[in-house]
Amino acid sequence: MRRSRLLYVPFWAAYAFLYTPIVVLVVMSFNAGESPYVYEGFSLDWYGVLVQNAKIREGLVNTLVVAVGSTVLATVLGTLLAVGLARHTRSRTLDALSVLPAVLPDLVLAIGLLVFYATIKSTLGLHSVLLAHTVFGMAFVTAVVRTRLTGADTSLEEASRDLGATPFTTFLRVTLPQLAPGITAGALLAFTLSIDEFVIAYFTAAPTTPTLPIVIYSMVRFGVTPEINALATLLLLVSFTAVIVTQRMTRLTESLS
Amino acid sequence: MTRSAVSGASARSRARRSRALGRLVFLGPGLIYLLVLLLIPLALLISFTVFRRGRFGGVIYEVTGQNFTRLFDPLYLEILLGSLKLATIATLIALLIGYPTAYLIAQLPRKWKTIALVAIVLPFWTNFLIRIYAWIILLSGPGLVNSTLMDLGLIDKPLELLYNQGTIVTGLIYSYLPLMVLPLYAAIEKLDPQLREASANLGASPARTFVSVTLPLTLPGVLTGCLFVFVPSFGNFIIPELLGGGRSVMVGNLIRDQFLKARDWPFGSTLALALIAVLIVLLLLQAWSARRA
Amino acid sequence: MSRTRYTRRLPAAVLAAGLALAVSACGGEAADSAAPVTAASAAQLDPNADLSKQSITISVWEGYTPEDLPQRIKDNLKTTLKVTEHATNEDIMAKLTSGADTGLDVAFVSGQYAQALNEAGLLEQLSPELIPNLANLYPEAKELSYDKGNVFSVPYTWGTTGICYRTDLMKTAPTSWNDLLDPPAEAVKKVTMMTTERWLALPAIKALGYSVNTRSDEELAKVKAKLEEAKSKLLKYEDVTFGDMLKSGEAVMVEAWDGWCPTTEKNIEFVVPKEGSDLWVDTMVVLKSSKNKEAGHAFINYILDPKVHSWAAENILYKVPNKAAMDAMNPKLKAENAPLQMTPSDLLKGESIIDLGEDSAKFTRLATEVTAKQ
Repeated sequence: MRRSRLLYVPFWAAYAFLYTPIVVLVVMSFNAGESPYVYEGFSLDWYGVLVQNAKIREGLVNTLVVAVGSTVLATVLGTLLAVGLARHTRSRTLDALSVLPAVLPDLVLAIGLLVFYATIKSTLGLHSVLLAHTVFGMAFVTAVVRTRLTGADTSLEEASRDLGATPFTTFLRVTLPQLAPGITAGALLAFTLSIDEFVIAYFTAAPTTPTLPIVIYSMVRFGVTPEINALATLLLLVSFTAVIVTQRMTRLTESLS
Repeated sequence: MTRSAVSGASARSRARRSRALGRLVFLGPGLIYLLVLLLIPLALLISFTVFRRGRFGGVIYEVTGQNFTRLFDPLYLEILLGSLKLATIATLIALLIGYPTAYLIAQLPRKWKTIALVAIVLPFWTNFLIRIYAWIILLSGPGLVNSTLMDLGLIDKPLELLYNQGTIVTGLIYSYLPLMVLPLYAAIEKLDPQLREASANLGASPARTFVSVTLPLTLPGVLTGCLFVFVPSFGNFIIPELLGGGRSVMVGNLIRDQFLKARDWPFGSTLALALIAVLIVLLLLQAWSARRA
Repeated sequence: MSRTRYTRRLPAAVLAAGLALAVSACGGEAADSAAPVTAASAAQLDPNADLSKQSITISVWEGYTPEDLPQRIKDNLKTTLKVTEHATNEDIMAKLTSGADTGLDVAFVSGQYAQALNEAGLLEQLSPELIPNLANLYPEAKELSYDKGNVFSVPYTWGTTGICYRTDLMKTAPTSWNDLLDPPAEAVKKVTMMTTERWLALPAIKALGYSVNTRSDEELAKVKAKLEEAKSKLLKYEDVTFGDMLKSGEAVMVEAWDGWCPTTEKNIEFVVPKEGSDLWVDTMVVLKSSKNKEAGHAFINYILDPKVHSWAAENILYKVPNKAAMDAMNPKLKAENAPLQMTPSDLLKGESIIDLGEDSAKFTRLATEVTAKQ
């Protein structure tokens, strides 16, 4: 079918639009000078400065703690919930509830949690952020695992139950292995979202335990050196590598099973 | 779900107990977590809308309707409408760019499809704030865009590209374009190409085919993409703050300011409620038109 | 059957739980019903407390304390100092007034905010016997209108707000706030003003000859009109990076706190407009929630030591309200940076900003109206 040449304009414009800032960020990370505007020659200095920046290291550690913790919690709760919603109830309200954190604007969730923590007079810290991230992480895990469950073949589960296994054994031995790819995908999604999450952390973190996005926010507000470009490039590299690795691994496991 | 034949009251009650226990184990933990850390905070927020701010920023638990009257003050209505306007513009432009992009990706051979999709999402993997910062550098007076245009002789003094509403819209589109492309792609990809061929064979022009066949069939994807861009745009405060130079106030900034500057939690909660109300209306519209499609 | 019963009751139960929580918290929410705590009711602190068993966590503006302060505290007070940062007063106020425990012992906030924190019952009333170095303060610094007698705050730096500008990019030096609000051609769209509401309003207030602490609706309406007019010639509202913007040439004239104006650059100067300006004071406060109150006091006392205070002043180029420290300052620095030459009597010509209680909402609204106007 004839395709209008005109369609390619927005297509290439979209990619150019998406990548120009990225390219500039990466190129200027190797800038020998301090100005974000003038390229003064190639240098790896800013990567050195970055690695030595204690605030960034602290932020990174905090972010990883929160991300891993909230992902684990979200995966457990979310998977259980997904199975519960698919197999043990037909309530549409509960379905909607499970997705609510993903649909709600993050600002609303953030202020709600701030108000909650203040009302119960809790201390703020990594724990307050971790618990907060679990809320939306759960929604995404539940959604992803749900899609694996609906329309999935229930005959194995039925067979298991007919053979006398309790719902729990069925769950552990039959359902869970079947869900594994969905659970992994959901966990990965929850982890990715937590790492980059700013708004909720901004409202619920203590001043003494900032996450990496919070550290970056103050760097951006205070006016920056190419150190931040170096950080951006590294983040890009790490995520890119993670994706390639996951791709290779899933292809590997798929080819093995 | 088949059950092996049961007989006797004890077997039935055992089954019921085991079902109830199953529900408790699977639904229990997640729902309790959401109850405590989602529903109760939201209930608190909603309850705050009827209280008032203390002298130095606490909450005084006396019921009053003043937050709601204040909501209809022209200043705040203007800010709400202004945010609606900016979010809508961003969404529409994202749609105009995103639809052709998703369409063309769907036509690509399989190998290139994945690469193209990953390429759309890849920018997402640098930190959101750093991406915004990159735009500040690009668009500022001494920035790349202006210096390139000046070097090319197209302008002789820098354009005011930064710290205005256009910059905010650009930032919004930039941040959420991938969220428009992905659902659109999913919808377009599912289309049966034979339908389009049939339409062409019947004499319809490509434009007619698009309007009468392709668009209606991909409408759910269009609506999902629009929602995915509109929701975060409408409630955004970072982009207006960093790219708007403090010269525009969107409802997200207003809410943030009530909580962190003015320390007026009751009014901030009322604004948040207004935000949710607008979104619910849009969600209902989307669900209604998705059902009709 | 049990399913529908449960889901029907759920929303009502949740709302009830939320309201119950809110109402029960009301009992503990003494934040605004408490009158300011008097000195007599302050808990007794132990002057001989072992500081090595305590630690100090402070929140301060970035670059406002010297980099090696933690090391110095370790060497001299034998206790650990952790420095966290905030970008603006409003940021730290939000954290401190949220009701949740922030883990901070000492916070650096401007005078009117210290006043607000105290009225909210969040500050420890200071025990002067633990801060003998208070004697080093200028007498004027002990009688500032937001906290006479340093009951709950100790001044760290003080100064005024004015216009910071590029001498090479401005044809004539600015002398009036009107030069900022209605800039000459070479500065149009290259001017910044501050975002913090009291300072956002300051140029217009002073240009119109009003008091910085005005509560008059009539006057504020005129202030708003003037600010809205000025907005179209503004580049942006900026509290933090205006110095860098001047250096890069993006901005040519900015509203600035005197010490934050990079006067060390050859082509940047600072001027206090002829209509007058404010007197702002950045203070140190000890939080009532702190578990390290003795260490907090010791920290403040250490800062007020003339050698330390002058070293801080030389590092951040702000004036400090400590006579011995100012006298001990490197004279070359004073010569090169005009703001450092101001004397306390110069400063006291400025109007001290105080917290306006209920009326501070008027300034919040003013700032919202001005920044929202398109």
